[in-house]
Amino acid sequence: MSTDNTSRKEFFASMLTAGLAIAGCSPKKNPFETAAGEDAKASGEMVKLLSVDGEVIEVDRAFLKPMPQMPAVSNSEARKGIAGKKFVMVIDLSRCKNLKKCQTACSHTHQLHSELSWLKVYPMKEEEHTASYWQPTICMHCDEPPCVKVCPVDATFKRQDGIVLIDSDRCIGCRFCMAACPYSTRVFNWEKPDIPEAVANQPYSCETSIPQKKGTVGKCDFCPDMARVGELPHCVSACPNGVFAFGDLNEDSVTNGAETFRFSDLIRDKAGYQLMDDLGTKPSVYYLPPVSRNFPFESGLENEHEKS
Amino acid sequence: MAQPLLTDERIISDLLPQKFGTRGMLWTALLMAICLLGIFAYYRQLRYGLIVTSMRDYASWGIYISNFVFFVAISLVGSLITAILRLSGVHWSTPLTRIAEIIAVAAITFASIIIIVDMGRPDRFYFLILYGRLQSPIIWDVIVISTYFFISLLLLYIPLLPDMKILLAGKERKGIYKLYSFLGSFWVGNHMQYRISKKAINMLCIMIIPVAFCIHTVTSWLFATTYRPGWDSTNFGAYFISGAFLVGSGAVNIAMYVFRKYYKLENYITNEHFNKMGKITIMLGMVYLYFNVNEYLVPYFKMKKPEEAFLNDLFVGGYAPLFWSAILGGMVIPMIVLLFPKGRSPLPMFICGIMIVVGAWFKRYLIVTPTLLHPFLPIFDVPASYKHYFPSWEEWSIASGSLAGVLLVITFFVRIFPIIPIQETLREQHEKTDHQQLH
Repeated sequence: MSTDNTSRKEFFASMLTAGLAIAGCSPKKNPFETAAGEDAKASGEMVKLLSVDGEVIEVDRAFLKPMPQMPAVSNSEARKGIAGKKFVMVIDLSRCKNLKKCQTACSHTHQLHSELSWLKVYPMKEEEHTASYWQPTICMHCDEPPCVKVCPVDATFKRQDGIVLIDSDRCIGCRFCMAACPYSTRVFNWEKPDIPEAVANQPYSCETSIPQKKGTVGKCDFCPDMARVGELPHCVSACPNGVFAFGDLNEDSVTNGAETFRFSDLIRDKAGYQLMDDLGTKPSVYYLPPVSRNFPFESGLENEHEKS
Repeated sequence: MAQPLLTDERIISDLLPQKFGTRGMLWTALLMAICLLGIFAYYRQLRYGLIVTSMRDYASWGIYISNFVFFVAISLVGSLITAILRLSGVHWSTPLTRIAEIIAVAAITFASIIIIVDMGRPDRFYFLILYGRLQSPIIWDVIVISTYFFISLLLLYIPLLPDMKILLAGKERKGIYKLYSFLGSFWVGNHMQYRISKKAINMLCIMIIPVAFCIHTVTSWLFATTYRPGWDSTNFGAYFISGAFLVGSGAVNIAMYVFRKYYKLENYITNEHFNKMGKITIMLGMVYLYFNVNEYLVPYFKMKKPEEAFLNDLFVGGYAPLFWSAILGGMVIPMIVLLFPKGRSPLPMFICGIMIVVGAWFKRYLIVTPTLLHPFLPIFDVPASYKHYFPSWEEWSIASGSLAGVLLVITFFVRIFPIIPIQETLREQHEKTDHQQLH
């Protein structure tokens, strides 16, 4: 999915500048200052832009400046999801050696409170005589999400592209969703997150899940902000072993960045399964069993250290 | 009931609310102190967040929730004594109706308060109304609990109206007199008013039974609608309701003893009342025991994998002492004591009541906490404090504060209003007199 999105990138670039033009309308001082910080002088060269309201507006080129990030989509847009998509993840247990790069990347980019992580790599051993293996676990983005069923205020919701998100501006902190989730994937901000003040003061976006707020629930969001710009979730791109493959079920393709697979072939050939599918939650995350492994289980133990 | 006949004046002077004595003052001061400590602890919780509790991601609910379940449970007694006994034509329970109803109103009020205390964002409480989604059991709970609160309040208020007239005739300080006059000065006690009030009470009594069943069934569904071992049970609604009636009757037993002793109500709350309440308590205990057997022994027989660690932890593991104390001390032993006629006399009834109520509080704790600490995936990659749950001092203070709050509401109520319905006692006395004169 990363090959032919040049045109999409161009489109987003124009959206980006439009977002800037609208976002900069602060009454205090000239909002259209240049990157150098000096007051800009109109160049007379006008550029046509599409505003977020869908209107075509004209802005002087001198008033445009590049923005490091896409402005967040509106709350109602974030609740709808990306049309025509059905995101899935395939986690190949035969490739995991508990490097935890995924966890570090996830916690860092989502600006999580230091005690919390949305992604955990469990050392699993089902029964006495069965094999040990490492199992990265994230939100399953279930198609029958128990958490969404119980949420009293629509703070956690299911989108048309299959992603389950949390609106931290809506969450009342009742933690019913945490009790309902059989995968123990949800975490709670028991105290004010220890994140930089500048991050904490940003307006919350459901798609980036930033900033996490005291007294609300958080969890893996499948990085829909990355999907919008045609990029992979942070855990996927951080993993050097290609454990995670992310993609679109409608396109029947998933990729770990280096390799791209036909989803249905992968699941068929490697006997993919879902976690606790007997509960009827219909997860969007699939696992490939830990057979013909790239690493012995023990090689992952050196990365294991207890939190205190 | 072989009861000496009393004059109207005697009954009224016996039953009118009395000023606090020294003991009453001390009791009230103690309760207020506990409440203040709870408020201070809650201030800390508001300031620093739920981090001041011992709850963490696995034990994400703690004693606030078990306390909530306990309060909802105990409030069911209002419907039992007032409605179920009344509709089945039982008359001996008349003196107990107001005790049961004030327990119900006080408990359900603090159930609502404690659930707000548990919220991570109490400032967004109104979101439940603004954005409420009907498919969430929490919204069902909000609806039925508020309904139950108002029906209970009316069942407390309407039978109080005839007594308000008597109170207004008495000599009281200005402030309280104003309250009586505000609440009940429209009551003149004519035939029409009696007819309307009787009709209203009957309707409310019929209404409150399904609502009472709803509040505790829905409360049980907060757990039973999840997948977790120990909660994933079709037995939960009935199990909770039966437990609720038991703890409620235990609470009434305690209140009967305390009010009778403190206000010298031996003529009104007789040994016969204790005897009958004792029999009801045994029956409710047996029903609850039956549901407990269903709840624990059937999963134990199968020992499904996710249930195994949970059940072993309860029966023989770390929770075993608490579990067996709650089962034996809160259910089996009181029932055995109450089987004997001497066990149904006031003091043993009082002690059994305390055992039942304390056992029930810990039973709720055992319903909430062990399940959360036995998730499907192992507890892993969390700080050590996340792996266990023992309430912090803030949680204990807030929970005790809410319990003290319930007692404080009841205490103030008996200071202001007669805890035994005066008018009804007079009417029954007159009926008895007429009956004797006929012979």
